[in-house]
Amino acid sequence: MATKASRSAARVMMAPAVVLLLGWMLVPLIMTLWFSFRTYLPLRGGDQGWTGFDNYVRFVTSSSFWPAISTTLVLLIGVLTITIVFGILLAILLDQPMWGQGVVRILVIAPFFVMPTVSALVWKNIFMDPTNGLLAHLWRFFGAESVSWLSDAPMVSLIMIVSWQWLPFATLILLTAIQSLDGEQMEAAEMDGASVLSRFFYIALPHLSRAITIVILIQTIFLLAIFAEIFVTTGGAFGTRTLSYLIFQRVLESQNIGLGSAGGVYAIILANIVAIFLMRIVGKNLD
Amino acid sequence: MGQITLQKVTKSFGDVEVIPPLDLEIKDGEFTVFVGPSGCGKSTLLRLIAGLEDITSGHISIDGNDATDIPPAKRGLAMVFQSYALYPHMSVRKNIAFPMRMAKMDQAEQDRRIEQAAAALNLTDYLDRRPGQLSGGQRQRVAIGRAIVREPAAFLFDEPLSNLDAALRVGMRMEISELHKKLATTMIYVTHDQVEAMTMADKIVVLRAGHIEQVGSPLELYRNPRNTFVAGFIGSPKMNLIEGEEAVKNGGHTLGIRPEHIDVSATEGQWQGTVGVAEHLGSDTFFHVHQTGLTDTITVRAPGEVSFRHGDTIYMTPRTEQLHRFDDKGLRIA
Repeated sequence: MATKASRSAARVMMAPAVVLLLGWMLVPLIMTLWFSFRTYLPLRGGDQGWTGFDNYVRFVTSSSFWPAISTTLVLLIGVLTITIVFGILLAILLDQPMWGQGVVRILVIAPFFVMPTVSALVWKNIFMDPTNGLLAHLWRFFGAESVSWLSDAPMVSLIMIVSWQWLPFATLILLTAIQSLDGEQMEAAEMDGASVLSRFFYIALPHLSRAITIVILIQTIFLLAIFAEIFVTTGGAFGTRTLSYLIFQRVLESQNIGLGSAGGVYAIILANIVAIFLMRIVGKNLD
Repeated sequence: MGQITLQKVTKSFGDVEVIPPLDLEIKDGEFTVFVGPSGCGKSTLLRLIAGLEDITSGHISIDGNDATDIPPAKRGLAMVFQSYALYPHMSVRKNIAFPMRMAKMDQAEQDRRIEQAAAALNLTDYLDRRPGQLSGGQRQRVAIGRAIVREPAAFLFDEPLSNLDAALRVGMRMEISELHKKLATTMIYVTHDQVEAMTMADKIVVLRAGHIEQVGSPLELYRNPRNTFVAGFIGSPKMNLIEGEEAVKNGGHTLGIRPEHIDVSATEGQWQGTVGVAEHLGSDTFFHVHQTGLTDTITVRAPGEVSFRHGDTIYMTPRTEQLHRFDDKGLRIA
């Protein structure tokens, strides 16, 4: 019962967690904001005082800014499309009764447990290596010339790697959504003369729409921050420099913390715009 | 037209035979009710007719054409489900239009049929709402509307009223009966509630464990139950079934007498007992009488208000012409 005493006790007990969370978020945020208004070159004279909005202007007028944005979007849209389309197909497949269902489901989810650095390295060295990779062997087996994936088709490779990591997540969420679909609705549609495809498009897909928005929302937030996969594969070369990678380069390779922080603030704004936009869609779907 | 014939239809799930060979004929325009306790196979039988389950052996024909291997959508039957199975993301109008849209029917004709169905079912004001915004009774009507617009050969109802509250159930019972009178289409209705069966049916099919126990009009079943199962299932409260000496004396293994066919008295009668629970309904009073020496409890109906109380001694006289006699296999002795 929520008496006055129990409410204040609850507040006291929540306080440490709230303070820790706030500190965790607010300290880096305020530091980023602070540095973004200063000229701060660690190896070239350190903190050299205020510069106003100079860093912000320089970040967006740099010739790498718009390519980085478009790379980010290509990666985002590519991965979302692949994970959602294949996620739905896999979820429908996994929903069918079959022998060894439990084991298959665990295997399908497995890639999600592999940390990004490791999975990117596995892809780079074991699959995509132009001389010894599995794909190179496969290509040569069919008499084709092996492809040097990461330099010839860097974005495709990157999208493949990231999709492989996120497909299990999408599959899992969509599978639970499919399992919650009322069987009588499908039977009613069958009686109403809907073909298998019509049943999918008119009944199953609308039922999945909420789960799909949730997948898009969560994946977008994580995909905007993708870093390890780029770092260990192309290192940002061959047009795979995303916004978050550009920020990393500005801070560590150009040793310009002020400029990088300004980019960080742009990234925060971008992520929030996307989040608000998607939250509204999700909210609209929760009738 | 909607004549449905089942010939030697069986259904097994794995090794379990749910429906043993079964023959049934449903005439055009008839309101047939499948009734039986839960798990008796009545819903399975309906789903076999609908085509949602494949039959293991036998034949189903609709209007004289073999429909055994025809997919559900092509059988010309419409089904109303227990959960209504409305499409939650579509408005009422789109729900009702769905089967016509799937059949690629002309838009003007679609609109005409929707208006007609909505008017008949009092849904005109709700056409643009979603199912989630409707009450249970309204959802039920939308489900019926979706069935009507197809102008099917027969309607199949799978326990359509079991999710409604008692008052609404009585109302919807009337509406479905009236709809049947108006459309004069074959209807097959599955229920476990014998009151629904008695009030709505032209023909009742009593099922137990997949077997047809008896087929007949409500009053035939009430007057001449073929065995003790039908005798106990049809009628409310249940028929009293008495075994032993008293039954042998009356020339049977089991003696059946309905609560409404026993006269009560405070002073004299054939049987004597002690009143247990008395249910006063105003129009009728039901007594559960114990310590009769015949069976555990005998239920008696007395018309109007009769003032026996808990623990009172009561005398009961069965009307001899209303006694039912059954042999040791439970079958009726004519």
